[in-house]
Amino acid sequence: MANVQSGHGDLPSEILQALSQNESILTSEVFPSYKSTDVKGALDRLGSRLMVTYETIDREEAILEAEAVEIAASGSHEARVFDALRKAMDGLTVLELEEAVGDKNVVKVGQGKAFKSKWIAKGKEGRLVASTDSIQDVTREQLQTIQKTRTHPDPKVITDLKKRKLVKMQKVISFKVQKGPKFALEIVKEETDLTADMLASGAWKTAAFKPYNFKSLGADQNAGALHPLNKVRHEFRQIFFEMGFEEMPTNRFVETGFWNFDALFVPQQHPARDLQDTFYILDPKTADKPHAETEDDKGDYESYWKNVQEVHQNGKYGSIGYRYPWAEDESLRLVLRTHTTAISTAMLHKLASKKGPDGRPPPARYFSIDRVFRNETVDATHLAEFHQVEGVIADYGLSLGGLMEFMEIFFNKMGIEDLRFKPAYNPYTEPSMEIFSFHKGLNKLVEIGNSGMFRPEMLESMGLPKDLRVFGWGLSLERPTMIKYKVNNIRELLGHKVDLSFIERNPAVRLEKT
Amino acid sequence: MPTISVDKAELYKALGQEYTTEEFETLCFEFGIELDEDTTNSERPVVNSKQEAPQLKIEIPANRYDMLCFEGIALMLNIFREKAPLPDYRLVVPKNGKLQTITVHPDTLKVRPYVSGAILRNIKFTQEAYDSFISLQDKLHQNLARQRTLVAIGTHDLDTIKGPFTYEALPPKEISFVPLNQKKEMNAEELMQFYENDKHLGKYLHIIRDKPVYPVIYDSQRIVCSMPPIINGDHSKIKLETTNVFIEMTGTDRTKLEIVNNIIVSMFSQYCSEPFTIEPVKIISGHNGETRQTPDLTPRVAEAEVDYINACCGLSETPESICKLLSKMCYTATPHKISKNLISVSIPPTRADVLHQCDIMEDVAISYGFNDLPRTAPNKASTIAQPLMINKLGDIVRMEAAMAGWSEVMPLILCSHDENFAWLNRVDDGTTAVRLANPKTAEYQIVRTSLLPGLLKTIRENKKHSVPIKVFEVSDVAFKDLSLERKSRNERHFAAAWYGKTSGFEIVHGLLDRVLLMLKTAFLTHEEGLDSHKDLEYEVREEHVKKDGYWIEEIDEETFFKGHAAAIYLRVDGKQVRIGEFGILHPTVLEKFELRYPVSTLEINLEVFL
Repeated sequence: MANVQSGHGDLPSEILQALSQNESILTSEVFPSYKSTDVKGALDRLGSRLMVTYETIDREEAILEAEAVEIAASGSHEARVFDALRKAMDGLTVLELEEAVGDKNVVKVGQGKAFKSKWIAKGKEGRLVASTDSIQDVTREQLQTIQKTRTHPDPKVITDLKKRKLVKMQKVISFKVQKGPKFALEIVKEETDLTADMLASGAWKTAAFKPYNFKSLGADQNAGALHPLNKVRHEFRQIFFEMGFEEMPTNRFVETGFWNFDALFVPQQHPARDLQDTFYILDPKTADKPHAETEDDKGDYESYWKNVQEVHQNGKYGSIGYRYPWAEDESLRLVLRTHTTAISTAMLHKLASKKGPDGRPPPARYFSIDRVFRNETVDATHLAEFHQVEGVIADYGLSLGGLMEFMEIFFNKMGIEDLRFKPAYNPYTEPSMEIFSFHKGLNKLVEIGNSGMFRPEMLESMGLPKDLRVFGWGLSLERPTMIKYKVNNIRELLGHKVDLSFIERNPAVRLEKT
Repeated sequence: MPTISVDKAELYKALGQEYTTEEFETLCFEFGIELDEDTTNSERPVVNSKQEAPQLKIEIPANRYDMLCFEGIALMLNIFREKAPLPDYRLVVPKNGKLQTITVHPDTLKVRPYVSGAILRNIKFTQEAYDSFISLQDKLHQNLARQRTLVAIGTHDLDTIKGPFTYEALPPKEISFVPLNQKKEMNAEELMQFYENDKHLGKYLHIIRDKPVYPVIYDSQRIVCSMPPIINGDHSKIKLETTNVFIEMTGTDRTKLEIVNNIIVSMFSQYCSEPFTIEPVKIISGHNGETRQTPDLTPRVAEAEVDYINACCGLSETPESICKLLSKMCYTATPHKISKNLISVSIPPTRADVLHQCDIMEDVAISYGFNDLPRTAPNKASTIAQPLMINKLGDIVRMEAAMAGWSEVMPLILCSHDENFAWLNRVDDGTTAVRLANPKTAEYQIVRTSLLPGLLKTIRENKKHSVPIKVFEVSDVAFKDLSLERKSRNERHFAAAWYGKTSGFEIVHGLLDRVLLMLKTAFLTHEEGLDSHKDLEYEVREEHVKKDGYWIEEIDEETFFKGHAAAIYLRVDGKQVRIGEFGILHPTVLEKFELRYPVSTLEINLEVFL
């Protein structure tokens, strides 16, 4: 842009000069040879210093076509034919006329029109002669007017000439410029920023500062960012910490049929154990029977294994069981965990061997938020991986009313109110309650989580006392996040197809703000 | 969860009341079923130039097999609304006192050992009831019977066949009959071929295909009633006009076999001329001690503790009122004759889902109304919050990386074998990666052992983003570990990748320094006594300096561009370990991941910093 301007000299100065003699100028008149973009650049530069004000004027101009330029210069075809004939005393033959005019085409077109206007006639021996002394060449005059003023007082003329393809219209941007409050002939150098040098030299006292553009965004921070899903996860984690929960060691993706299903009193023929739903492990192949893996683990794994087998196969602890032959092999198959409840189970089994002040397993609150795996067919709402948020409360004398009240408090912390509980079925909890809340946007009850009391068959097999009741609940991390951020496709939230700009521009998560 | 379609008008007629959709939704919500759809205002299919009547599509919880048909839904809702009592199902022996028998041959042990039976006499089907009868069998086959593997049901027009029946197991060539709705007689071998590509039956063939003998039920004239679990014979086909129905069930799960029998007869005996009567069948099966009369409709009597029920529900109801609440859930309960803290609960044959008094307790809560139960303060004992240490450590690294200007990404944990190995110019020695047995796509073949594939795929999908791209992840990878019960272990890693017009090698190196500085780990330089030789490779030597800290050494590995990669070593409490590596990725790696600009990566194991 700078070169373009230098080719024409110093346009801003020229504008100031022009203005010093006139109240206002029209740039298309004063600077017809400048491109309008260059003019605007110069005006903006002056405008930002309040030296000029301007308004943009869009208008249409009539421009002569090449043929019309010739007419304006030499006359219309018929006028040229007339002129040539008038000069010849005895008229001219067509051949002589062509020679005199110097253009066959002009003669061909002009001859007809001149006849029509009765400017010429046929004389002796077929010669053409002028039939009047003087004519008025209207077309030429009209075109000359347009050439000068780029328009014509009679709009019908322009329409007519446009039809005759002598004139075309062209859009022209022009600027009407007036003096601004700080008009001067010289452009004072303006500082863009306050610098350390100015402070040192004291130059800031006299320097003029360019006004800051408060209408645009500030500079890009090139900031790092945390993933939106992890930001929501952080909020959930805080809520659990606020309510006294201990985080479970869910850093274990591979589980066994025993921990993922059997220990939870999920029968071995349950559909959840189908190849369609669960990822089984090809290599390594088979697990060991459950056993302690750390020295501080005092759990009785042998009895546990037997108890689980019995409660499935024959019933125990007041349960008639599922009454089917329970297979060890099925229990030792390795799977990718389908829920973090496999870890809760291991935690509760460890709790059974702990002793509180009264010699009994102490009350406990556990939570986790981690990845689980399902052999799902991938679509907009299903991925083979997602995050499960899970909470577990073990205590003596728990009642459903207390647990529903707890859920109210828990979900209130993320701005969800007025919960409704619906009876549901889950193989390892009884009662099982689906948690619903009224969603104002969707105008209906939406399911926000699952909850229930773990079955005595599951808990008593671990050796936990009968009156220790355990409540568990879970929800996915993705679903509330998708609702919150109006994400319709889970693949836009989790996995490698997520848009980095979405990550970088996602606001901080404040679940309690609705 | 199975979804059952019922005729809306018929159901409301059976319930003796009209409902708005909202009212019916509320009833379902309270009872614990779910109205999925009311088709009144939607386009309904036209069959035989007659448009289908408005349907209610109701989701039934997976344990309520007694509600898998119109009859069951209407009955259970009527009992819940106290509009109907629980029917008194009765077994009626024929006047001549002789029961039909099914004699079981010991060879059935080799393929499908159990059989059960029942007869519905003088039944009068309407078209709707007949359709419902067929549909219930289908629903039971899909759900409880696990695609006929556990139980298969065959129903027959008893007037076309003649007992006593036998349940045998024979070589396929010796079984020959005209299958249902076919014209041609074929032996079982031909039959298996005939149905090989059948849309409905093809999926059941595997259950018996490779067995030496196939199960078959014959009548006294050697007419084949059925070859379970594949197909019935055409001869004994049941029709709308059938009045005496012979039901046989075979299976591998004895418990579920009897549940199926109970459900079918209790749902459809209402259409018998004498409603709720069932004629039992005698099973003669001495070889495995299974000789008995089926079905057994005797209610199971269990005891439940009043204080347990009250405590769990937060109620203080009397035994009498608990019994009254239970009657809405189709139990007959009475206070115990001796103990004040017990009630005797008679559980009908339809409620096979009741295993423990916790199931009875839940039904008390449903009957009372979950949302009406008194609320109490939730806090009992105080517990101490505690984060998992590896998560706390991971969060520190995440924060530092983000503060250093990197963006966090969350790729998937499962990936293809190539992405994890070949594409990174790494070789699988068979001892590291956990492999999946049944993935649906090649995208999920193994559990990743490195965070790099996910980072590189994320960059690949974001090539429109301005460069440089700086991404990181802190998450788990998994390794085989045969010393552990589950034969594998997770490891928390931190990895970062730079993608730009220049390699970013120094920047990735600087990120490593920054993160380790924040983890209070000192950088050890050669001036401090490190001794690096070309022949050192990645082995860490004892004679290295004694100070704790980290150092890096150039490596030559296929993943990286030669001369621009280093291993990272850490010494903690005098113990030395290689914790990872960083470097410029080799151009062949970039090609595999379809990346046009240079990439530098960093990956370290965080577990060592615990």
